[in-house]
Amino acid sequence: MTRTLGSRILVALPYLWLLVLFLAPFLIVLKISLSDLAVSRPPYTPHLDLTAGWAGIKAFFAALDFENYTFLAEDSLYINAYLSSLKIAGISTLITLLIGYSIAYALARAPRRWRPTLVMLVILPFWTSFLIRVYAWIGILKTEGLLNQALLSIGLIAEPLTIMNTNTAVYIGIVYSYLPFMILPIYATLEKMDESLLEAAADLGSSRLAAFFLVTLPLSMPGIVAGCFLVFIPAIGEFVIPDLLGGSNTLMIGKTLWVEFFNNRDWPLASAVAILLLLLLIVPIVLFQRQQMKQEIGT
Amino acid sequence: MTNRFSWFNATSLTLGMAFLYLPILILVIYSFNESKLVTVWGGFSTKWYGELFRNEAFLSAAWVTLRVGLISATVATLLGTLAAYALVRAGMLKGRTLFSGMIYAPLVMPEVITGLSLLLLFISIGMDRGITTIILAHITFGMCFASVVVSSRLVAFDASLEEAACDLGCTPVQAFFSVTLPVIAPAIVAAWLLAFTLSLDDLVIASFTSGPGATTLPMKIYSQVRLGVTPEINALSTLLIGFVSIGVILASLAGKRAAVE
Repeated sequence: MTRTLGSRILVALPYLWLLVLFLAPFLIVLKISLSDLAVSRPPYTPHLDLTAGWAGIKAFFAALDFENYTFLAEDSLYINAYLSSLKIAGISTLITLLIGYSIAYALARAPRRWRPTLVMLVILPFWTSFLIRVYAWIGILKTEGLLNQALLSIGLIAEPLTIMNTNTAVYIGIVYSYLPFMILPIYATLEKMDESLLEAAADLGSSRLAAFFLVTLPLSMPGIVAGCFLVFIPAIGEFVIPDLLGGSNTLMIGKTLWVEFFNNRDWPLASAVAILLLLLLIVPIVLFQRQQMKQEIGT
Repeated sequence: MTNRFSWFNATSLTLGMAFLYLPILILVIYSFNESKLVTVWGGFSTKWYGELFRNEAFLSAAWVTLRVGLISATVATLLGTLAAYALVRAGMLKGRTLFSGMIYAPLVMPEVITGLSLLLLFISIGMDRGITTIILAHITFGMCFASVVVSSRLVAFDASLEEAACDLGCTPVQAFFSVTLPVIAPAIVAAWLLAFTLSLDDLVIASFTSGPGATTLPMKIYSQVRLGVTPEINALSTLLIGFVSIGVILASLAGKRAAVE
């Protein structure tokens, strides 16, 4: 295909946009994470002084140090927040996988003419506001909330359960909010599966359960992997769910970053928290991107 | 196998749908509650909707959100379509790995990081924070989602049709508008809707990038929710859910009709 200058510029436009508004900001965060907190506007030092020429640039780099990172490494609050984010995201991903797989499996086996409607029903909540869906759980999980009212009235419990403001509420929130992200990729792989493989397995004497574990599950692995990435990676840095549903002892790194930035106004420290979070996520993000590219080329 | 849809399947589907929809249903029901106490039913009433429309702060936040959403979704869809085109058609382009990395990373990037980094960018270039900076931020993540939606359609589209048009004397731009665009149009509409709803929905990135005077609806809702559950928020949520559901259902019906034709 012949390329004109105009079409080259058009193609370069989104590239440039992302370089300026996605990549460059990370370099700035990195720089500020190496700066010191200061009583100035903006509240950190040093600032790059280009008018002083080379001396200004040298002074700028000389003033950068890893103080914030050593502080993060020494304060157990931050280490615990990272570890607890990993734990909460990991457990939630596992629960989401179990629930999501059984729903995706049922969707793939539902009569063909129902499927578009059912898939649509799974996607629809994803379109409605995330904040509102998290908010909806507050009224249900509160001590005097609807879940406790229902359980008390049927006599299943004698005392109201404390779910709100605990890690359990955070698990429920994450599973609920991210469930469609797990169901859809798994459903996509299950739907494409060749059913004659299952018949072949049955002909060769395998039970339904064995056929599931030996045929269906391995074939749906790409969907499982994609779904787990889509839930696990954003869940680690989640802010809204731990803030609204979790309690004061729910430690998650996204919330720590928010508090450091908005409440303590410590921008350099918040930037250091962000850089470490990014380092934590870079491996899963690169793996996710590789998998997406592979699938795109594969199809 | 004729009887493939087992009882186990039916049960998991029913429970799954109940799990997805009950909380939303409860939220909607309690928006019509007469009582100020959100968890005690006090009879049917629409008074909270009336309160909502008299609340200036909510109305102005809704207006800000709508403007941000319309502008950012439109620009994001344009840029996202270009990005998808570059990704799918220019496979051997230099720097493709970096480019696709920048497209896919924002999809899973925690919002706190995106928000913080954009804010620090705006401050370091001395840009006043307000509705413009929110729009710029929303375009950035919106275009990534838009480009993924459009590129999935573009991958399925046969590039030789475009080449044939070029052979018959079309310029590449003409070929794009008369051959490619009609085919990927449903994906472009879906991309716009996705970018628009993501913008309507965003709390974290907007909180980082907004300035005085630019409060979006999610920011307003969030500050109210932190103080407790109120029937007014339920009413507002119901309206938002209603609008979005109608929009999505209409869009999918339109898409289905286009597919049939």
